Parts: sequence; structure tokens; C-alpha cells
Amino acid sequence: MNSADRASDMTTSQLRELALRCRRHIVKMIHAAGAGHPGGSLSAIDIIAALYGNQLRFDANNPGWEDRDRFIMSKGHASPAVYSILFEMGFITEEDMMSFRKLGSVCQGHVDMKWTNGVDFSAGSLGMGLSFGLGCALAARMDSSNRDIWVMVGDGEIQEGQFWEAAMAADFHSVGKLNLIVDRNRIQNDDFVEVQMEVGDVGAKLSSFGWDVMEIDGHDMEQVSQAIQWSSSKTDSPTAIVAHTIKGKGVSFMEDNPSFHGKAPNNGELEIALEELS
Amino acid sequence: MSAPSAGGASRDGYGSALLRLASDPRVVVLEADLGKSTKSCLFREANPERTVSLGIAEQNMILVAAGMASSGKIPFASTFAIFTERGFEQVRNGVARPGLVVHLCGSHGGIHTGTDGSSAQSIEDLALYRTIPGMTVIHPCDDLSSEELTIQLLDHDKPSYTRTARNKTPRMYDEESCKKLKIGKGSKLREGSDVAIIACGVMVSEAIRAAEELSKDGIGATVVDMHTIKPLDTELIDELVRECKGIVTAEDHSVIGGLGSAVSEHVSYTGGVPIRMVGVTDRFGESGEPGELMDLMGITYRDILDSCNSLLS
Repeated sequence: MNSADRASDMTTSQLRELALRCRRHIVKMIHAAGAGHPGGSLSAIDIIAALYGNQLRFDANNPGWEDRDRFIMSKGHASPAVYSILFEMGFITEEDMMSFRKLGSVCQGHVDMKWTNGVDFSAGSLGMGLSFGLGCALAARMDSSNRDIWVMVGDGEIQEGQFWEAAMAADFHSVGKLNLIVDRNRIQNDDFVEVQMEVGDVGAKLSSFGWDVMEIDGHDMEQVSQAIQWSSSKTDSPTAIVAHTIKGKGVSFMEDNPSFHGKAPNNGELEIALEELS
Repeated sequence: MSAPSAGGASRDGYGSALLRLASDPRVVVLEADLGKSTKSCLFREANPERTVSLGIAEQNMILVAAGMASSGKIPFASTFAIFTERGFEQVRNGVARPGLVVHLCGSHGGIHTGTDGSSAQSIEDLALYRTIPGMTVIHPCDDLSSEELTIQLLDHDKPSYTRTARNKTPRMYDEESCKKLKIGKGSKLREGSDVAIIACGVMVSEAIRAAEELSKDGIGATVVDMHTIKPLDTELIDELVRECKGIVTAEDHSVIGGLGSAVSEHVSYTGGVPIRMVGVTDRFGESGEPGELMDLMGITYRDILDSCNSLLS
């Protein structure tokens, strides 16, 4: 796919279908690997599908195209969500995707720009992606490039202090091309965020740091699309979409269930999951 | 503010180099509120549009540099050596792992930093960065070599860490001789066949002084400025092993993990000669003048001399 001259060309129902296909890829690849993070992949995938389906400018045949928009997946454990969309967009093959976490695979456990075409950031250690995105946005401004920078973080992730260093610096440097998405799925590794260390009103906190904020239902594809357009159109200050999501969305036994943060479905569970995602 | 005159500190050489590098539009400078100290302020004054101030937030600075490197820039980021360590995992995971070419500089390295006390005296930075795959680690001994080696980073294709010193040190090079320096190649400053002293940073001039004292007793000492700790010039070390009866290493750094360890690791594989290490033993520094602290920590030319004599006896 060549999306160098991106025009919004997928309908809302087509985006929903794209996200559904990605959900199936996600549970299948994690099952095949016997490990991985389904919960945070399924919570993020509607937004990622909308971004790649209608917003980002990229060229799967030329992944290093310097004026491509950047998508920086800071919550790198949700790598299956990224691999599923990269497969759908033609960056990687189905074989690549299904070799997730295997020795020598281009699909490493956590997203890694050194290994995978179409990946713009090496994640795996939380709290670093917004800083990296800020660096990309500053470089773009110095080059008078029009490229947009999108960063996705998890809500547990923003417990890291570095995230707030970056949030403060992004406001100070007025980087309007920097767009943040917070996947507010309310669950982190050990338990619910409110149990581990509640992050509170994330939108209000970012507003107080000088960001323009919109709060949405991260699974309502119309709201997601509108928020992406709104964020993209604001170029005078950094913008954040706080997406309220459900961890494990789409698979009943994974939904809102901390035990599926980082656990693969077994054979029976995969069967049920694929039935629910048909 | 102006570039230093004769005999500055190695951090002055770093600042002068950044100014010269500014002619390449890819070069950007990142600061964490210590630009006046690391001397990146010289670049800032001349090129504010390519200088990014990130406040007292080193972890963020390192990943902003990584993002810029991924977008075609050549970032030079600096703070105190000790505060780069706050972002160690950022360097490891965010810079070196994806192989992004970010050049990090830590000034005020070692106990030579002086009266600020132990919180500002990094004695472990060389050890830390040396453990990261693909990372180049440099510690120049004077202002001119610091300038030259920093200039060479423009064409260096790996991430790097350069440690500079706060205080002035005697010049080991002049404008001409420093041009012969090369990242990854040790520099022989003096030749002798009895003992080889391999030093870096502020200890290079101490090594020369020790060699001069040894010559009074008829002992010949080779002195090497091992300005690049990684990749280590193992060819040169092999040559020294063949030519000398022993090796003494000297560094303003912990003896755990620094230059002495690097040399010992190599010689442990090849075998050959005994090694003595002069460096900070397993302890923190304190406030004091640089000379007083070097006495206290046992890292003066006299300590090098003692090590040479004990090794040869």
C-alpha cells in the first residue's frame, strides 16, 4: 500500500472490519508464540486501525521514506497490535507475523525498529516513547517537514517520571505536530491501575501541562476518527487523546481481566476467542 | 564567552569542537541546564535554532536525542558525567539497542572534579558505558585532543560516550600532533622497554611525570594515552606485552570496570605480563582541591611510580 498522499478513504465500517481482522491476528499470533500481551493489544487496536487506515502517510514499499508520519508505540509489549496492522498494510508477511517471538523473527517480543520494517521506535522499556516522539517532532520542525508524529502510551506507563518530563518539554517547545494517545485501559501488569498506583484524571493533568486534550471512547470508531482528525488539525500546541478503553476488548474472558495482560490463550481459549471475533 | 586559550580543560575542547561542527546542518545540541559547564553553551550562542534546552531532565534528553537521530540529525547531548548515569537505561535501551548515533558527553568526570564533592564525582561512568554493545567510550586527556576526537565523532557511525574533565590539565599535544589521533587507536607519547604505563584523562600527565622519574633511575617507560576505552586498541596492548616487562594502568575512575579492567580483560586472554592498576579503589570521594583528592585517593604520579617499581622488583 502506498499512502504517501493520504486521503481519508476507509469508511467507518471498513475501519471496524480492519480492526476485527487485526484482533484475530493478535490472538492467533500470541497463541502461536505461547506468550505475549493480548489485553493491551486488543484495547489499542481500534485506534491503531483508524490511524493506519485513514491518517498516517507511509509507503510500505519504502518504509524508510523520510517524510513519512511516525507512529511510536511506546507501550511496546502491545507489539501484536502493531504487527497485525503492519501485516494488513503490507509491511510484513503473514509468516513474519506468525513467527512472533521465535528465534530470528522480525517480530520481536517488543516492537523494535532495528528488526521490523514499519516500526519507528525500539520500545520495551516504558516511559520513553513520548521523549522519542518529541525528538522526531523537533527534527521535523528544523527540516520544515510536514510529517506528523503520533505516540501511543499506556495508562500504567505514565507512572514513569520520564513521561512527564517529556510532557512538560513538549509544551515548552510548542510542538504542534506531536500527537499523543493514552490507552486508558485501567489495567497494568500486576493488577488494576487504581490498585497499583492510580494515575487519576489524566486529561486534567495533561491540560495543566499545556496540552490540548480530548477524551473519547477508544472503541467507538466514529469518535476515534473524529479525535484523530481533531488532533491532526491542531498545530499550535501538542494534543492528547485520552482514549477510554477496555483491556482485552472483543474477547469476553479477556475483557477487563488483569490476568490476560501478559498471558497467551490456550487451544480452547483461542477457539472461543476466534468464534467471538468472527 | 569565548573559546579557551592555551591549556584549557578537556571540556573546553568539547565546546570548541561543537562550534566547528556547526557548519554541518545535521548537527544539533541538547542540553540539560549544564551547557555552561559542559561548554555546549558555545554552540548555543552561535546556533540557538539548533540547540534544544530540555531542563533538568536527563532521561528525556537522551530519548529526544534518539528521536532526532532517527530523523537524520547528529545529536550531541551533554550534562555532568554523573547525571548521564541517571539515563543509563535510556542510553542502553533507547539509543544503543536500536543503534541510533547519539553522542553523549559527560563532563566533570572523576574525583579531579574537586570541591563539589562525591555526588558530582563520577568514578563509574566508563565502566557503565563500556558494558553496552556497540558503544564507543572516549576519555581525552587535554583540551586539544578532546577537540580533535569530538570532531571525529561527526563521521563516527556508532553511539558514543565521551567523558571530559572539569579542570585544566597540562597539554599533551599541540595543534599538529593532535591531528594524528584516531578514535580507537591509543597514542604513544613516550617509549621505553621496561614498563608500559597506559593512562587516560587527567592521569596521562601524571604518567608522563612518573616516566620522567623512572628514567632518572635508568628505567625506560612507554606511556600510552588510551583516549578510547572502547573499542580498546588491543593491537597496541599486544605490542606492549611483547616489548615490556609489565603494564601499569592509570585512571581517575574506579579500578572496577574502567581502563585497568579493560586492559586486564584483554591480557587475561593473551597472557604475558603482570599488570598493576592505579585508580580509585572501591570508595567514594569527598570535597577538596583536585590535587588533594588525587593524593587522598592514591592516583598521583607517585602511585604510578610505586606500582612500576613493585612490578619490576
